Amino acid sequence: MDLQTMTYLVVGATFALYIWIAIKARAGSTGEFYVAGKGVHPVLNGMATGADWMSAASFISMAGMIAFGGYDASVFLMGWTGGYCLLAMLLAPYLRKYGKFTVPAFIGDRYYSSTARVVAVICLITASLTYVIGQMKGIGVAFSRFLEMPYEYGLLVGMIIVFIYAVMGGMKGITYTQIAQYCVLIFAYTVPAVFISLQLTGNPVPQLGLGAQLNDGSNMFLLDKLNQVLVELGFNNYTSQHGSTLNIFLYTMTLMIGTAGLPHVITRFFTVPKVKDARSSVGWSLVFIALLYTTAPAVGAMARFNLLETIRPTSTAQAAQQTPTGQWLKVEERPVWFKNWEKTGLLKFEDKNGDGRIQYVGPDYKGAENEMVTVDRDIMVLANPEIAHLPNWVIALVAAGGIAAALSTAAGLLLAISSSISHDLLKGIVAKNMSDKGELMAGRIAMAGAIVVAGYFGLNPPGFAAQVVALAFGLAASSIFPALMMGIFVKRINKAGAIAGMLAGLSVTLVYIFWFKGWFFMPGTEMAKNVAENWLLGISPEAFGTIGALVNFAVAYAVSSITPPPPEHIQHLVEDIRVPGMVMR
Amino acid sequence: MSNDSQAYWQANIRLVLGCLAVWFLVSYGCGILLAPLLNSIHILGGYPLGFWFAQQGSIYSFVILVFFYAWRMNKLDKKFGVQED
Repeated sequence: MDLQTMTYLVVGATFALYIWIAIKARAGSTGEFYVAGKGVHPVLNGMATGADWMSAASFISMAGMIAFGGYDASVFLMGWTGGYCLLAMLLAPYLRKYGKFTVPAFIGDRYYSSTARVVAVICLITASLTYVIGQMKGIGVAFSRFLEMPYEYGLLVGMIIVFIYAVMGGMKGITYTQIAQYCVLIFAYTVPAVFISLQLTGNPVPQLGLGAQLNDGSNMFLLDKLNQVLVELGFNNYTSQHGSTLNIFLYTMTLMIGTAGLPHVITRFFTVPKVKDARSSVGWSLVFIALLYTTAPAVGAMARFNLLETIRPTSTAQAAQQTPTGQWLKVEERPVWFKNWEKTGLLKFEDKNGDGRIQYVGPDYKGAENEMVTVDRDIMVLANPEIAHLPNWVIALVAAGGIAAALSTAAGLLLAISSSISHDLLKGIVAKNMSDKGELMAGRIAMAGAIVVAGYFGLNPPGFAAQVVALAFGLAASSIFPALMMGIFVKRINKAGAIAGMLAGLSVTLVYIFWFKGWFFMPGTEMAKNVAENWLLGISPEAFGTIGALVNFAVAYAVSSITPPPPEHIQHLVEDIRVPGMVMR
Repeated sequence: MSNDSQAYWQANIRLVLGCLAVWFLVSYGCGILLAPLLNSIHILGGYPLGFWFAQQGSIYSFVILVFFYAWRMNKLDKKFGVQED
């Protein structure tokens, strides 16, 4: 069977599964719509969280970022997993105990202020919406590459699928669909990795294969060989650090506290029955996430290795460098996958010296110019099975996995947006005596609206789509996380302190990002060029959320200490959420 | 707050601080600050140790930490009689 038919079959089968689940798991009440009736088993919730968390970026882009960043890309691996420790120990169990439906609801109650609640809603919608746009784009790209369908149609199909199960089932439908999507995506990610690890090292476990010897007879370790080849070709050494230590440190921290502060992740732990379950469910989420996150470094390194081996001369020793026309890949001998990806524009070469061969070398290489003008990092995962000559069904599976990752994250984010509109803004502030049925309808309409808005931006992606992801983490890290953490751990923080802290943290982070990336990302409005020399102490805009969070903590503390303490019932509320059971007074 | 719930909260804080110390050590310590130093040691075959902590070891440690915390907290809940139901 040819690849395209196979892909249609596999992707079609997964869609049929998602819709079947949606029909089985319709939401009948607001409790089911917002938090799946608080009846999800902690292990299943962990799986759903895994799918919710791992987006198109994790599935498609992360291994590519590692492949080209080497050690320095560890910030994503540590940052996007370490945040779950903070979530488990500092937030999830307490917020579950509080027992409300949304994150802004907690902030509004704890700081006895509608203003605080509205500030939280604005942070939430900005962070989530920017994220959804990226997912929509991912869906469109996956469809257009694998099903050779125009981008717009692919996007439309994706929107309809999300619409069916998210609007109908709310959190309940989304949860059970996400469980299925997790299975699809983890299978799709690990199967090619196992095959490639076997081919290169003879070890079926990619996590071990990355540290193992090559089975090409050289008995060299994969990482040693990769380092050697990269350095000989004038690239950076793979396993050692190149960026500034301070920046790597703060970048990791920003991603960690940003992860713990992202509302669509926090909300997932409102769906389990008990506080005890919230604690263990974070652990299960991390297990399911770690399966992919520990495989990704192997995929990245092995894909980079395979790519280099395809193009470079069989010997890159000093002797071969002196005669660079030696054995580089001939233009007419390019493999089929190479030509396929050229069509997408993500892979491009130019025979600059006209020798009929392709030189792929780094900036430090003497004697030849780099002729691989474009090697998009996103193709590392998608092209990997083709580079390794894996069977068609594996390639079809990767397509279905990428789409599952994008769909599941989009649905989770859309729910966070719609519930903050219908529950926090409408029911909480505008129309306090709305009936349960009316609120459920409002939630569904808000969800449909959010899908249309996200789809619109997916069709007309703003030029800054990639940069706004940094904004999402910066926002969550500098505003939402500190407000939640202090709300639980520091009784003395009052309304004035929390609002001042959130606004201070938020504006410091925003100004720093806009300073280097342009006000509201408008091109030409940046105040200084976005290069390491201009950054404050060498801190990149993406890494600045940690500083914003520190400002938030400091301002909140200072303002609270010079204004009256929170009223007694708020102090009791804090005491209540600190223990899982009933409080005796 | 009664004495008992104060003692419970203090025990909780101690546990969290202990866990976060390990959390910091495996990621920011071994994975970042000490990584260049640790890279001269190789484990599991060809992994430089600092690189391994940054791309593998820290993640495994996080998983263990979260379950350890959950287990100890559940014991603490029972000890102080504050568990649900």
